[in-house]
Amino acid sequence: MEKMARDTLTGSRIRERRLIAGLRQAELARQVEISASYLNLIEHNRRRIGGKLLLDIAQVLGVEPSMLTQGAEAALIATLREAAADAGAVAAEIDRADEFAGRFPGWAEVLAGEHRRIASLERTVETLSDRLTHDPHLAASLHEVLSTAAAIRSTASILAETDELEQEWRDRFHKNLNEDSLRLAESSKALVAYLDETEQAEDRRGAPQEEVEAFVAGRGHHFDALEEGSAAPDNLVQAAPELTSRAARLIGRDVLTRYAEDAQKMPLAAFRDALARFGPDPIALAERFGVNLSAVFRRLAAMPHEVLPSEVGLVVCDASGSIIYRKQIEGFAMPRFGASCPLWPIFAALSRPMVPLRRRVSQLGRSAMQFDCLAVAEPVSAPEFDSDPLFNSTMLILPVPTDDDSGGNVQPVGSSCRVCPRGNCRARREPSILSEGF
Amino acid sequence: MSRKVLLIEDEPNIIEAIRFLLTRDGWQVDTHSDGADAVDVIRAAGPDLVILDLMLPGKSGMDILREVRDIPDLVKLPVLMLTARGQTRDRDMAEKAGVSRFMTKPFSNAEVLTAVRDLLAQASRL
Repeated sequence: MEKMARDTLTGSRIRERRLIAGLRQAELARQVEISASYLNLIEHNRRRIGGKLLLDIAQVLGVEPSMLTQGAEAALIATLREAAADAGAVAAEIDRADEFAGRFPGWAEVLAGEHRRIASLERTVETLSDRLTHDPHLAASLHEVLSTAAAIRSTASILAETDELEQEWRDRFHKNLNEDSLRLAESSKALVAYLDETEQAEDRRGAPQEEVEAFVAGRGHHFDALEEGSAAPDNLVQAAPELTSRAARLIGRDVLTRYAEDAQKMPLAAFRDALARFGPDPIALAERFGVNLSAVFRRLAAMPHEVLPSEVGLVVCDASGSIIYRKQIEGFAMPRFGASCPLWPIFAALSRPMVPLRRRVSQLGRSAMQFDCLAVAEPVSAPEFDSDPLFNSTMLILPVPTDDDSGGNVQPVGSSCRVCPRGNCRARREPSILSEGF
Repeated sequence: MSRKVLLIEDEPNIIEAIRFLLTRDGWQVDTHSDGADAVDVIRAAGPDLVILDLMLPGKSGMDILREVRDIPDLVKLPVLMLTARGQTRDRDMAEKAGVSRFMTKPFSNAEVLTAVRDLLAQASRL
């Protein structure tokens, strides 16, 4: 019954779309090779239309044919039903969604639009919830957004579900919805601006490891004083304003101590010469300096920009898989919090200690850049009887030049499950918050 | 005589929506928007139930709840806490402070109505 009613309005929708397109009836009729009087009959729903003529008219009007046969109602009604389903305990008249959309198309659009906006904000909130613990500014911004969303949800529900709502209340709630929609738009924009800013800000770090990462990144992952032996790691840590917490200073000292050891075993000038001779070949470099592969990976990641042909990234994890050090590289997303993609070669290396692995990978949903990931798990503790060795795994990330197709299979990997859109992934731990094609 | 709900919330349009809902459902609804003197207002108003936002100007909902629970006459007063912060830690803190029900924003109208009805029914049985 409803379908029939919708189908019989195809002519009205053609007329509406023609007027929106600014086309005269005669002009549209000429383009689809029918008479203006016949089009007039169609537009007044006095002639049925389908087949090739419908497709031709849709093409001239620049719309999908289904928009003319079903209008926008189908999508709108589906969204209204979703909104009712999400409301859970609210007993919305789901079976009358068609009627609601038909009688109040404007308000139905408002309700559907707010439902979509709330769903989108909820996804954002889920993604960012871990950061709330560390960032009071973010907490305040999100509180503003969620409070506004709460007001909109509550008000929209009243408008949609209250029978015989007095005009005075109706007007007041319409006004409130309008105000809150504007506020939500503003607060969402402010939130996005804040998040953009914090991506680069140096003064809003949360976890100690992030303080260390910012400290090292701020110096290009290279320390002249340690190369020259003119300062001790402790001195650099004490002089670093970024390392505010005791935990960050302790982690920072460990990182710089390892750096100094690497620099002593592979002095900058000699390493530069070796690079010129062997290229960035970790096996040859490890043999040349008598060090393990992990040390070469770290050393390569510590080279100044001019020494290597391109930037390199580095990730180190312990035997539990927890990331304990990372040097970011553009195009290879690393999660700020939580576990990484288990398909990263660094984790495969943990299952094959001492065996160097090389995998060409590409991250979905990013810029589709390819990287050669070299990984190895090596012991970090001296051998002892009756004690299992402790292993760390280290992964060097080298960008693949765009004209290089020598790597064979490219393994798709993600950043972390929550923000990875890849379907049917054998390694998925939890659902993604990104819908297909997001 | 209808029973009285005191809504302490600083978001005007949430106040308007909840007041409308509860008034339609037969409750008398008083409202207040400032945390600083909220405890005094609760004492003076003598409500049957308080709906309390967590983040308020002047004083947080959590501090207000703790102070309320220190007043012998208000130990059993039903308090429904609304918050945009749905973290387990906040929920645990609120439960330790003596909240009767904890609800995260954005909530549905039906959830609020159900919670108010349940809490007042439970209070009547005590």
